[in-house]
Amino acid sequence: MKIREQMNIVVVGHVDHGKSTVIGRLLADTGSLPSGKLEQVKVSCERNARPFEYAFLLDALKDEQAQGITIDTARCFFKTKKRDYIIIDAPGHVEFLKNMVSGAARAEAALLVIDAHEGIRENSRRHGYLIAMLGIPQVVVLVNKMDLVKFDQKVFESIATDYGSFLKQLGVSAKEFIPISARDGDNLAFASDKMKWYDGKTVLDHVDAFVKQQDDDAKPFRMPVQDVYKFTEKDDERRIITGTIETGTVAVGDDVTFLPSYKKSKISTIEGFNSPEVKTIGKGHATGFTLANELYLPRGEIMCKSKERHPMVGSRFRANIFWMARAPMIKNKKYKLKIASARVTVRLAEVLSCIDATDLSSIQGRQQIDRHDVAECILETTRAIAFDTIDDIQFTGRFVIVDNYDIAGGGIITHAINENDNAINRQINKRELHWDTGIVTPADRQSVFGHKAKFIVITGAEQSIALAKHLESSLVKSAKNAYFIGPSSLADGLDSDVVNETDNREEMMRRLGELARILTDAGLLFITALGDADTYDLQLLAGLTSPNEFIHVSIGGHEDGASANKIIISEKLNLSAMVVAIIGRLSQQEILLDYAI
Amino acid sequence: MDHLEKLEAKSVYILREAYRDFKNLCMLWSIGKDSTVLLWLARKAFFGHVPIPLVHIDTHFKIPEMIQYRDDLARKWHLNMVYGENTEAIRQQLTYQSGKVDRLGCCKNLKTDALKHTLAGDWPRYRMNHATGNYDVDANKEPYTGVIAGVRADEEGSRSKERYFSPRDKENEWDVADQPPEMWNQFKTDFAPGTHLRIHPLLDWTELNIWEYIEKESIPTVSLYYNRGNGKRYRSLGCWPCTSPVDSEASTVQEIIEELRSGKFANIAERSGREQDKADGGGLETLRKDGYM
Repeated sequence: MKIREQMNIVVVGHVDHGKSTVIGRLLADTGSLPSGKLEQVKVSCERNARPFEYAFLLDALKDEQAQGITIDTARCFFKTKKRDYIIIDAPGHVEFLKNMVSGAARAEAALLVIDAHEGIRENSRRHGYLIAMLGIPQVVVLVNKMDLVKFDQKVFESIATDYGSFLKQLGVSAKEFIPISARDGDNLAFASDKMKWYDGKTVLDHVDAFVKQQDDDAKPFRMPVQDVYKFTEKDDERRIITGTIETGTVAVGDDVTFLPSYKKSKISTIEGFNSPEVKTIGKGHATGFTLANELYLPRGEIMCKSKERHPMVGSRFRANIFWMARAPMIKNKKYKLKIASARVTVRLAEVLSCIDATDLSSIQGRQQIDRHDVAECILETTRAIAFDTIDDIQFTGRFVIVDNYDIAGGGIITHAINENDNAINRQINKRELHWDTGIVTPADRQSVFGHKAKFIVITGAEQSIALAKHLESSLVKSAKNAYFIGPSSLADGLDSDVVNETDNREEMMRRLGELARILTDAGLLFITALGDADTYDLQLLAGLTSPNEFIHVSIGGHEDGASANKIIISEKLNLSAMVVAIIGRLSQQEILLDYAI
Repeated sequence: MDHLEKLEAKSVYILREAYRDFKNLCMLWSIGKDSTVLLWLARKAFFGHVPIPLVHIDTHFKIPEMIQYRDDLARKWHLNMVYGENTEAIRQQLTYQSGKVDRLGCCKNLKTDALKHTLAGDWPRYRMNHATGNYDVDANKEPYTGVIAGVRADEEGSRSKERYFSPRDKENEWDVADQPPEMWNQFKTDFAPGTHLRIHPLLDWTELNIWEYIEKESIPTVSLYYNRGNGKRYRSLGCWPCTSPVDSEASTVQEIIEELRSGKFANIAERSGREQDKADGGGLETLRKDGYM
């Protein structure tokens, strides 16, 4: 059985430029209206002594909604021989911008209506801008109400030239400009005999000529990790990494890397339910994988193939944003950024320029982004995220910003920027500049205590906390200044004000890092255990501890990952053997100076 | 991917997004074809499991086959099955059948109010005990903050204005005029205390798509949808006093699909057999603003 192809098309344009008439006419001319509807509306117009207009059809259909007819203000259905269409009627009034955006974001193609008599207006431009930002790939511009300008080719051409160059600045090229008179149906379903100078396609032919977006397997593989499932019911042992594949393909046996954590594994199986087993899967599928080894993976990581080009990882980027909320976007306020499946805290670092959507001129010197503004700006996330730029891979280059429970803005990433110049590094630099050191030097403490100061972070496996406590005990028994603190001890004390906040991890890590800076300054071997820390937590802790030293003890993991500040110990050892192994390494590195085992 | 595969992938994505973000999540199961497809999609999304409680509102006017079918599937698929009802209205017979209230009043009592209080947890919920096969009063009284429903945009006017993630305020009210934006598969997943979200994974499906998918996946559906020899079948299921069967010879899924594509129902609204939609000018929108599904 053949499933018919379907396409979503949005009709946009300035208020009163004739969107409803275009839609009404398309419904009527394709025979998509309920039987008798057209006559009924005509009769009702006659009775009320007003001229019939196709736009009234939409209104009439609205009135009928309550009686169960399946057409509404927001979506109309029509069919051609080729396929089924859903037409999304986007409001032309600026007040309804968020509805326009919600409708247009679903569309695969856009019809942009401009009144030939009134010419290009504010929302003609703003909608053009949004079509570009929303990434709608196919646009046809309808120059409507040609009857009001006496079907004058010059008027049409001047609008086509002006608007065409406007779209070009946005990187959009219109497939076609079509002169129409929607009221009389000229060039909608039938070629007009009043505009013989136009020899292009009719609107309906053009709609059928829109192409379905192809499954683009040429792009590198990207799958945002939406969740990790382990349902134990019915002895199900599978641990399934789930998500929807945005680009590319992947196969069983492929090596994969997760970003921003840089964790690596290999695909074992592709999972499904009531579906045939597959060995390879690609773009568009909402799927799941089991991996060769168990990884702790926070949601929001992007899975990519180890051998392919990776997304960028960073916490600062340049973006174009459009803002829909009443309250403006302001600097130094915390917002939530949702990009692919990641959610992180974000701040507006800089407004580079606001773009006047009406003429694309830029306005400099703005400090905030107001409602309906489009702005070029720099955003800074508290944790690094994985992303692509919009020109490279659309899905991983787009984001929304949540303010106070609501999506307030949307944006696209245009460039990544210098990583080191971020808020936390600026804070660390400032802290060190003002740090008031005593007369005692680290070397003084070292010679008295018999060891260097170190912040020791133990990660991996369930026994990391037990190991941290044993290590502390063993060191103290040998008269070393060692001190253990577990994250749970901070929850109701140092972290009590943030422990229940969402997205608090960054702040809790920051406080632990500041604590490490102080305790290592006091000459201690300061020990903690973080079962689930990722590369970014560890980098952050190392940064905050500096200029003092940090060492990472990982239970399990590949030996080749070891380095001067990373000790890897086998998860197969018992606790005492692990302690011996760590102390051995600390002595080797001359952290413990005269340790007798 | 064909159109059905795309619809499936999007619905699965939405279900997983809801499961990720809501601690107190439930899924409404009316026993009808749409919410049964939704239940099937949950099994797709969660690889054979259904980690979300299914909530059914029992009006006591459901056609008996529906309850039988509900409990059979709940046992077979080991569902976390919960039902709620308006015990008081049923006891006092404040129903259309008794003549004490009109159709919309009956819907409000037996469906809207029962649903509102079952979701809020301030009226008893009954949960299937898989050890005994009976329903026990559910100890969990936590309000559900995420409610998944099998609403489709093509069903009737008010439903076509829905978002995938649609906020309801403290009074369960739906502000149609001021809905949050949705784009690029990013939905409203943050909500103020006391409010909740309705989640609609089937919004883009049509009645025809539902049947095409039932056929593709061989999903078990209640027998009332098929002509069993008397030339009648139900196209849409509800309470028996307010739902009538349609004349149809279709006795298999394939025949129903044919009927919808090019046959007698190609241009007739699905809910034409549902009387409450006709009861006042904007019947369903009025009910839905107040929390009706």
